[in-house]
Amino acid sequence: MQEIMKKKALTLLADGTVTRVLGWKRGDFVYDITPAVFETAEEVETAFVYNAFCGSNLSKYLVKESRKEGKTLVFLKPCDSYSLAQLLKEHRVNREKVYVVGIECYGKADVEKIRDKKGASIIRSVREENGMLSVRGLVDADASIPLYEVLLEKCESCKSKKHPIYDELLGDEGEVVEDCNRFDLVARLEAMTPDERYEFWRGELSRCIRCNACRNVCPACTCEKCIFDNDVSGVAQKAAADSFEENMFHIIRAFHVVGRCTDCGECSRVCPQHIPLHLLNRKFIKDINELYGEYQAGADPDTRPPLVNYTLSDAEPSIVHTRGGKDNG
Amino acid sequence: MVKVSPIDLFPAIAKTQKLYVPDGSQCSGMELHKPFKEWKADKNAPCEKVRTPKDFFFPQTENLMAFKREGKTIEVIDTREEKEDFVIFGVRACDVRSFAILDKVFLADPVDTYYKNRREHATVISWACSPEWMRETCFCQTFGIDCADPEGDVAAWFDGSFFYLEAKTEKGEMLLDRIKDVLIACDEEPVWDLKTAIYTAKKELPLAGLTTDGFTPEKMMEYFNSEKWGELSEACLGCGSCTFVCPTCQCYDIRDFDTGHGIKRFRCWDSCMYSDFTKMAHGNPRVSQLERFRQRFMHKLVYFPANNEGEFGCVGCGRCLSKCPISMNIVKVMKALKEGDNR
Repeated sequence: MQEIMKKKALTLLADGTVTRVLGWKRGDFVYDITPAVFETAEEVETAFVYNAFCGSNLSKYLVKESRKEGKTLVFLKPCDSYSLAQLLKEHRVNREKVYVVGIECYGKADVEKIRDKKGASIIRSVREENGMLSVRGLVDADASIPLYEVLLEKCESCKSKKHPIYDELLGDEGEVVEDCNRFDLVARLEAMTPDERYEFWRGELSRCIRCNACRNVCPACTCEKCIFDNDVSGVAQKAAADSFEENMFHIIRAFHVVGRCTDCGECSRVCPQHIPLHLLNRKFIKDINELYGEYQAGADPDTRPPLVNYTLSDAEPSIVHTRGGKDNG
Repeated sequence: MVKVSPIDLFPAIAKTQKLYVPDGSQCSGMELHKPFKEWKADKNAPCEKVRTPKDFFFPQTENLMAFKREGKTIEVIDTREEKEDFVIFGVRACDVRSFAILDKVFLADPVDTYYKNRREHATVISWACSPEWMRETCFCQTFGIDCADPEGDVAAWFDGSFFYLEAKTEKGEMLLDRIKDVLIACDEEPVWDLKTAIYTAKKELPLAGLTTDGFTPEKMMEYFNSEKWGELSEACLGCGSCTFVCPTCQCYDIRDFDTGHGIKRFRCWDSCMYSDFTKMAHGNPRVSQLERFRQRFMHKLVYFPANNEGEFGCVGCGRCLSKCPISMNIVKVMKALKEGDNR
């Protein structure tokens, strides 16, 4: 796949269709891959990489890249293209400045899971072939691990292998995954009593170091200036003066992306403290599905999001009490 | 050299002072040190995913003082906590060095009394590295750190049955004296074997050859003006992951929090990657992410050593290598700047 993508990038750069290529650049190890802009054939030849560790979502970079002179070629996995479709709906990316090449994806790997699986602290190399990863550690023999056993959390419940938006496709186009089980954990949380649920979230969120990685990586968070960075807002804090505030940061952020979050899962992938932030977003997605009818943000560029689209059958505000009230617990 | 079984060691220390030990069972939560309860070899080992122990001396948030207004008077309340003596066990060589680096900042004139208060009450027992804890992201040797013979008040080695202890400071000697009833005198041979195994494994690591050659004060302007910064900082999200997982990052902000009944003045970790870092009346002096990114690495690799007898602001623990959301890090920066040198 990497070679096919490189060839595509080189062709489109050479014939002037695009001025730059947004892709992934290799690092010092097999997994430390950085999103990068390539402007010359030489850069593509030497540094472009596509492998099992290209989990990062490139869509948000297009907010910046699509404001530059000339077209940007971007390689998007199916889930990444949902983010782009949503950004287009919000008029954050200039579609005319972007050339989207959709690429097939069978899930991306989590190097920490590979470490655990192999029982090796040092990973020398990982080769991917037909859904199998061949992993070499420092001293011991190579281990062969199926990719599906070491997927990133976000890939474990992949919602779609289909690109809602693209100019061109490389590899096979898949389908929306109907039974992706992504709401299973949310349902488990819903089944808890309010006190148990409160304890769960207080425990998880207590680890937050307020690095803002979740916000900064989030394709739905593209405000020119975030309210939490605005001194005048009265809520700008770099850390909590008391522990409850930290929790509020995440809940407010989750509210802010309601109906716009495509569930790309980047928030949880980047969290250095392993807080399952995606569960907050999935709870909102599940609620929207149940209260306003099935809706997937980023699935198409036209449908009006339920929360900005009034219909007579919309849920009444009292639903909050009926469904989540203490009496119900 | 003395040795002691973990079964005896930890209760003996915990009897005299509050003792914090690594809690590897919480790796995914990145909690490193917890108050000692019981010893379990498989749980009480430091693991790579740990949170830095700098919190012990420089917590993420800390209340400095409070103000209360009544009529026309403002009362200033000292909210400093009383601190009792405590022991941190199992700090790794890289992290122990980070304390020395933090000392250079907080204990230099004017002394930070909040930090000093905590530091003075602590006794640090380091734990020599082991081949199992090493990651390909380790590069402590780059900064002259010997992970087989760590600094600290007391250094510890573990062979699976016994901890071998060596006092390195007066504080360390006092600690060993307090627990002398459980200590057994022994020769150093088992520790040599452990050290040999560590050196052998360390040599094989992919970053074993990384050096600080070239990062001298004379290079300041050349590196500052390097063309590489654009490319290096291009994908940076401007989050604070690298700074907050870093054991040596020591910048903080001081803020007031209106509690409704008064004002709490607190300080919290700050990150040079943030848009409002060192914000002044006219705004942030570093307006682009490139400048903020450059600041972080220039500080660690050039400014800090220039002001601190050549001590770098990095200990090679590798946390930022594994935690950066876009996998950009100090090693890539060092390599890229040096690559520019050779042109």
